[in-house]
Amino acid sequence: MIPVLPRGVRLHWDGVRATHVLLAPERTLMLDEIGHAILSRVDGVTPLSALAAGLAADFDAPIAEVEPDVADFLLGLAKERLVDLNG
Amino acid sequence: MADGARLIPPPIAMLAELTHRCPLSCPYCSNPVDLARREAELSTEDWADVFRQAAGLGVLQVHLSGGEPASRRDLAQIVAAAREAGLYVNLITSGIGLTEERLTEIVAAGVDHIQLSVQGTRAETADRVGGYRGGFAKKMEIAEAIARAGVALTLNAVMHRHNLGELPEVFDLAERLGARRVEIACVQFQGWALENRAVLQPTRAQVDEAKDLVAEARSARAGRLVIDFVPPDYYADLPKACMGGWGSTGLNVAPDGTVLPCHAAQTIPGMRFANFRDLTLEEIWYRGPAFAAFRGTDWMPDPCRSCDRREIDFGGCRCQALAVLGDAAAPDPVCRRTEGRTRLDELLRAEGNAPDLEAARWRRIGG
Ligand code: SF4
Ligand code: SF4
Repeated sequence: MIPVLPRGVRLHWDGVRATHVLLAPERTLMLDEIGHAILSRVDGVTPLSALAAGLAADFDAPIAEVEPDVADFLLGLAKERLVDLNG
Repeated sequence: MADGARLIPPPIAMLAELTHRCPLSCPYCSNPVDLARREAELSTEDWADVFRQAAGLGVLQVHLSGGEPASRRDLAQIVAAAREAGLYVNLITSGIGLTEERLTEIVAAGVDHIQLSVQGTRAETADRVGGYRGGFAKKMEIAEAIARAGVALTLNAVMHRHNLGELPEVFDLAERLGARRVEIACVQFQGWALENRAVLQPTRAQVDEAKDLVAEARSARAGRLVIDFVPPDYYADLPKACMGGWGSTGLNVAPDGTVLPCHAAQTIPGMRFANFRDLTLEEIWYRGPAFAAFRGTDWMPDPCRSCDRREIDFGGCRCQALAVLGDAAAPDPVCRRTEGRTRLDELLRAEGNAPDLEAARWRRIGG
């Protein structure tokens, strides 16, 4: 499964509130550190498993815990068509 | 920033009403009945300045609206200016007045999302409602061009008594056009729509049926089409927070630069509005009297004052209180916890036996 941000959905640094946000049609999601770490790795090329492995390494956490969390997060966004999951 | 200002959050969204001009004449248009003329409109440079100030203030998304934004020949420059300021740019259009060539310019200028409004799904009804023959065919052409350009598309359908029956076709149309979202809004009674309330108000049976159809479509089309549905206020028991609370999340800039807490705020007698040409947006947002008038809970009458929902709906819509009760500072008459509801129920009963579409007053400049 390869996650990708569809057209019209993009990350943005909100300087006024000092936070990362996801901007999308009629939606503004304020992101916490983890949410941003996941979405900033979504590039339309990296498969979910590799993306989770990268996060696990960077955050020094077990991949067995990271991968389901990442999948849940992305599936939730996919339901609202804020992320597309290809393949 | 002044002392009190620290408690006021910065705005997230801005509605930029670029013009009141529009080739259509929908009887439910939310524009004021007294439409601003072209000579009074802000220039391209003014709008660029509005966008920079808005972004500096905390606005993340700008909705370019009207009237019909494509009636402005500088629309592509306006889009580019909004992107340059760092805003997410949402274009709300009827599609009339856009050509594939102009669309290409707008896409190159960086538009993030387009909301295409439809007056119906059949040429006959849609053109009757919009008061513009051939409008529907043009709209479908531009919808296909948007799909070819790959821009995120939402289909907006304003539903009322005379087209609620077409709801299932709206979902089909949205998917056929490659839209990711569809917004079904029942007419909100403001501006021109208020003049035509009796003609447009759907029946309760229609609304119940619509709710079922929406629930069904949501599960059948999950993951493909996101459906936003705004049922008509009058059949609810409790009000919605207008704009997420007066002066708390959004602001509107009218074609002539007047800065408003809500697009219908100008109907409120005695309220004074600042113009962007005279003051900065920051000054207006944090210290403008119109924004302060109904912000928070201090202004509230009974029973809102002591109600457990006072910070959920903030007493509802001020303009609706004005329209139905003649008092903008009254609780929203939708609320069953208030006396005003009696008046609203009387209206619903009186208007239940409503006239046909022919009786509507179509919007026009100098009407
Ligand atoms: S509601 Fe109809 S008349 Fe009003 S601006 Fe929109 S398209 Fe034009
Ligand atoms: S009484 Fe006022 S605050 Fe309470 S629900 Fe009704 S409108 Fe909202």
